[in-house]
Amino acid sequence: MTEENSQGTFPVLGQKAPDFEAPTTQGTLRLSDYKGTWLILFSHPADFTPVCTTEFIAFSQIYADLRKRNVELLGLSVDSVTSHIAWIRNVEEKMGVKIPFPIIADLNKDVSKKFGMIHPGQSKTETVRCVFIIDPESTIRTILYYPLTTGRNMAEILRIVDALQTTDKYKVATPANWKPGEPVVVPPPGTTEQAEERLKEGYECKDWYLCTKKLPPS
Amino acid sequence: MPCVSPDGKPTSTGMTTLKSLKADALTAEEVANKTGHPLFRVRSGLRELKNAGFVEETAGKYSLTQSGEEIIR
Repeated sequence: MTEENSQGTFPVLGQKAPDFEAPTTQGTLRLSDYKGTWLILFSHPADFTPVCTTEFIAFSQIYADLRKRNVELLGLSVDSVTSHIAWIRNVEEKMGVKIPFPIIADLNKDVSKKFGMIHPGQSKTETVRCVFIIDPESTIRTILYYPLTTGRNMAEILRIVDALQTTDKYKVATPANWKPGEPVVVPPPGTTEQAEERLKEGYECKDWYLCTKKLPPS
Repeated sequence: MPCVSPDGKPTSTGMTTLKSLKADALTAEEVANKTGHPLFRVRSGLRELKNAGFVEETAGKYSLTQSGEEIIR
């Protein structure tokens, strides 16, 4: 299911991410090029702007941690490839940080509209700070929207990746403020019989509907 | 990185990709393992090299064309 309005489509969780082919700083890329890996597709308002620059440095700093988790990064704004190249060269020269991941040049807004990245209440022309976490089967698993004035939190993005991958691996959920290594939530029982049995299974239970367990060390 | 320059010649990344196909036809995943390049870049690069006539694809495996063999000599 996809919400559609004059700004394009607004993808929702659980749907397949819309495919695209777009020019980037590392050549023409398609979403399908990322099949089999996790992908964080994120947009920023514009090159050569202060908050975006701090975010790109921060994304670069977690890139190695993301790749250990089989996650790739792909940036996007409505600037040109030439602008992107000039900006990342400037960031490397002035701030000493190499931007290792590709950035989409979405001049015609094709990709922005497919992913609902333009929010007219914030800007009619620039993309807001979106984060789409897309799994190896191209399913959208997380969507975050940040306003133009608020830079993103990299620790939270890494935490969400860890939570999603833990959920997939162990078929569990993760509680508020969960971090890797902490107890996870056992899925709630679906029948009264399961609810009774739940209390005998060695989980730590506050009650039949709220049980946690520790995972084996990874 | 792009594998083919605007002048139609393979880039250094493109040459690495082509050389990985010298002995055998390989899948994109096998090229990624052999070259150490990220899979998304390999897929994109193989598409460029195919469009430029340096490689061909049969049943998911990529091999050098005559042009591809000549350029890595």
